This record gives sequence, C-alpha cells and structure tokens, in this order.
Amino acid sequence: MLNAVPAGARPPDPTAAPAASPRPDAAAALGLYAAVAHGAFRRYSTYRAATLAGTFTNTVFGIILASSFLALWQARPGLGGYDQSQAVTYIWVSQALLVTVAVWGGGFQDDVQDRFRSGDIAVDLYRPVDFQGWWLATDLGRAAFQLLVRGTGPMLVGALVFRTRLPENPLTWAFFLLSVLLAVVVSFGLRFLVSITGFWLHDSEGVRSVMLVVSMFFSGMLLPIALFPGLLGDLAPVLPWAALVKVPTDVFLERASGSGLLGALGFQLAWAAALLAAGRGAQWLATRRVVVQGG
Amino acid sequence: MALIELQDVRRSFTVRARTGRFSRTKREVRAVDGLSFTVEAGECVGYIGPNGAGKSTTIKMLTGILVPSSGRLRVAGVDPARERVTLARRIGVVFGQRTTLWWDLPLRDSFELARRIYRIPDRRYRENLDRCVELLDLGALLDTPVRQLSLGQRMRGDLAAALLHDPQVLYLDEPTIGLDVVSKGKVREFLREVNRDRGTTVLLTTHDLTDIEQLCDRVMVIDHGRVVYDGGLDGLHATGRSERTLVVDLAEARAPIDVAGARVVKVEGPRQWLAFPAPQSAAPIVAAVAERYPLVDLSVREPAIEDVIARMYAEVAIG
Repeated sequence: MLNAVPAGARPPDPTAAPAASPRPDAAAALGLYAAVAHGAFRRYSTYRAATLAGTFTNTVFGIILASSFLALWQARPGLGGYDQSQAVTYIWVSQALLVTVAVWGGGFQDDVQDRFRSGDIAVDLYRPVDFQGWWLATDLGRAAFQLLVRGTGPMLVGALVFRTRLPENPLTWAFFLLSVLLAVVVSFGLRFLVSITGFWLHDSEGVRSVMLVVSMFFSGMLLPIALFPGLLGDLAPVLPWAALVKVPTDVFLERASGSGLLGALGFQLAWAAALLAAGRGAQWLATRRVVVQGG
Repeated sequence: MALIELQDVRRSFTVRARTGRFSRTKREVRAVDGLSFTVEAGECVGYIGPNGAGKSTTIKMLTGILVPSSGRLRVAGVDPARERVTLARRIGVVFGQRTTLWWDLPLRDSFELARRIYRIPDRRYRENLDRCVELLDLGALLDTPVRQLSLGQRMRGDLAAALLHDPQVLYLDEPTIGLDVVSKGKVREFLREVNRDRGTTVLLTTHDLTDIEQLCDRVMVIDHGRVVYDGGLDGLHATGRSERTLVVDLAEARAPIDVAGARVVKVEGPRQWLAFPAPQSAAPIVAAVAERYPLVDLSVREPAIEDVIARMYAEVAIG
C-alpha cells in the first residue's frame, strides 16, 4: 500500500523512463532515501549551538558518572564481570550512544508529533513516499550526525581524562559501528510504534513518557544490565531495549567474540526486523482510519 | 474527459461528547453528505463554502488520505483511497496553511527532493524548475533556508514544489491566505498561466472571492456537505438575488426619499443609498429621482460577490 509503487502501477507517462525491470525503481527509491538521510544530516548540522551545548552536557555527565563508577569498582572489583577500565569505558560509550540511538526518544518523533498536532501529517500521506521508510531515513541521517559529533566528542575527552579500554582488535571498530547502526534501527522501531499511536490518540506524549522510563532502565543506560539481580537480570537482556546500549557496549568492550558476537548482532537484527514489521502493520491499520486534525 | 468524478459521496465522523463524569454520548457528524459533481480536464473550479461546510474533507478524500464512508470517487482514473500512491504522482496539492518544504534547508533542497520523490526525468525537472523560478520570481530565494522565507515567498516555493512533476490536477486549499496584495497577485497570475497554458485542472478552495473572480469560470458553493450552487459567477448573482446600489447626492439633507422599484438602505446627510435588483436597469430609477428631487451627483455600485455569497450562506443556514 504505502510501499514503493510497483512498476506496472505507474501513471502512463510518455516522457518518463520506462521501468522495465524492478532494478531502476529500487535504485530510485534508494536514491530518494539516501537524499532524505543526507538532508536530515545537514539539517541537524545547522543547529550548532544546541549541538555544542549537548556535547558539553554529555561530557560533564560522563565525567561525573565515570568518577562514581570508578569509586564503585574500587570498592567492588570485577562487579558484573567488568574490570575498572571497562566500567569507565562503559560510561563513555553509553554517553556517546545516549543521543545517537535516542534512548530518551526524540529525533523524528518530535517532528512527527508536531505534525500530528498541526495536521501537517496529511502532507506526508499524499506524497508517493513510504511513511515508515521516510522517517527511518531521516533518523539514520540524524544518528550519523550525532554519532559523529555527540558521540566522538565525549569519547575523546573520556579517553584523555580517564584510563579507558579501547578495542584490541581493529575489526571491533567495524562491528561496533554495525551494532550502533542496528541499535538505531531498533530504537527507531520502538519510537515509530510510539509515534504511530498518534493516529489513534492524536498525541503520543503520554505513551512517550512511559517509554522514556522503560527505555532508560532496560537499555542499561542507568546501570549495566549485567548488574541487574535475579529475574530482572534474566529478563532484561532479551528485551529489545538491550539492543540499544547493552549490545553495542558489549561489542566495544569485546565482551562478546566469535559466535557470541554473531549472536549479539543477530539479536539486534531480529528485534530490528520484528519492530519494523510491527510498525508496518500498525501503519497499515492507521492509514485505514486516518483522522487528520485541523481544517 | 472527466478528471474528477464524485457520485453521492458521503463522509461522517463520530464525535464523542462528555455528558457526565464517566458517560460519553456518540454523535454522528456528516461532514460531506451526498456530494456529486464532475470536473473536466482543464477546468479551473472555485470550491467555496463557509467554515465547516466540508471543503477540506472533500479535498482530503480527493487526495486519498481520507476514506469516504460511502459513494463513488474517481480522480485521474483511480480510486484515491485505494491507490493513494499512484494518485499522488498525478496530483499536486498546496495547502495554504501547511508546507511540504524542508524547514531548515535551502529551498533548492526541497525541489531536489521532489525530483526524487516523483522520479522526474532530469530534463523535464530542469525545464519545470526554470519555468517556476522565472514565473514565481524564486531565483534569489533558491539558496535561502525555508524558515527564513516570508509567508508569500514560502507559498510561492510550495506552489513550485507541487508543480515540478506536471500533475494533471492541482488542489489548492486557500493558496492566498495571509498574503499581501502583491503576493496574491503573483500567485494568481502564476495559477492562471498553469491552468490556461499548461492545461492543468485546478480545484481551488478559498475565502478570498477575488481569487475566484480572477481565476475560475465555474464556482461550486457547498454548505452542510452538499452542493448548493454549481455554475458560472454571473449565475451566482441571479441565484443570490443580488442588488445594485444607486448612490445619490441631493442638494440638501432630507428624509429617505420615495422612489418606485428601489428602497433606501442608508442616509448620510444629503447622500442616500438606494438598493434595487441587480438585473434591473438603473435608468428609470435615476429618471424618477431626478424628476422629483434636486440632484447634484450620482453613481451606481455593482454588487460585491462577498455579499451575494454571504446571503447565500445565511439562506442555507435558515433553510
């Protein structure tokens, strides 16, 4: 329905290039979403002051949290299977991920919410573009920008001020980037489901507040999941939020290798696929019963 | 060829109202209530009606973002709600109070994006862009971020963005709202050229009747979700029982004068306003006045289309 138009369904158009095989269509769609992601990247790069302030805040929080973790691991060495430098590195990597994978929510969610309130969401629906694909592309563009600036900045400061543990195997950097990409997609999948409730609730603010708390806790942003006790410790690692911070930090700290690494990435991939599919289903239901606010 | 076809289209919404602490009552509101009309290719149709008449609901159904409760709807050969994406490539939409442009980025980027969204072949894209840039005077604005554009400039940008893919039908929802006189003029001139020279079918909703007077040969007035008038602008005057006004300046101030075929609607010192039915000639009334009263000066005022429409809305509301 909302998906890229099948070649046969295009309007009779003498000047348009004939879409004989599905390949040019796929290429054109890819080009579009790449342009959307690039636009989002550039858009975020125009908010210089906000980015600077955010990076500064991340760094300050990183210093405070890393200092307390340092004290904690001095009292309890090897807690949760992390040594001291791993625990400190955990803080810096999670600070780098906080905004990149939008643990708090936000990114495209703010835009979609504004568009629900103003009724501009109608504009998104009468364009021949896939709604989910469009917003995923903007979110990937945003995440790329934020990883580059709000990710790298605090990490560099952290590495200068504290004794952090950088990957020993250079390949780990590549796996880490892949894991972050998957984390962004999982996060997008969760946020998309929250945003799409706007079609029914007209405003997804309430659902979003609940998600914020759940996400902060179960992603391992507040405390590494490895430290969760009992049943909570069994449950948290299989929930989708674990894909946001726990898995990328595990990859970065090389706590998972070989089949364990593949399993961790597979876990992210599975949640990403499941959530995107659920979002697509919800979108299908939502567009059956669109009510657009405002005249 | 009929580009837009509606047959007995209805759309109702359920509105829940709080009646007590826990109780709610459901009420059905019929926003569009048995609408039937066709628009031929190349027409420019004004679609007007008071607030809440069902104009926007109609446009939303015509773009496919709202599913009709019942009835048959065809735009450019497809059922909008079923084939929304196919239709989207054949129509252009401009909502005066919404924008499709990318807020933080230069205008040019939004056009580039439109090129990709609608898969416009390069040559056609360049031709259309050049034409829009020239006619809408956008040259100096292409590299300005959209958020820095004035409302009139943004509107012109939105118009260009909606036309780059050569849509067969253009829906305009209040395209001149909030614009100054000069900007309104530019937008109208551009729309006229799009309709006359490119043959694009235009459906225009507006509260500014000058838009209609200058652009549309056909007007549809809807109220309470039904068509109450469909025809030329001239016909509106006849149906609306509009009146012309004869303004006379007498030699001195006096009580309202008595002239057959006209009634005094206003007196201000020596000046009096006499209303008479629009189709009737002013000559006998002028003669009658001149014969009985000392006349200094006179003028005839044509009926304002606003008044005609206002009377029509009021009648529908009472009836």
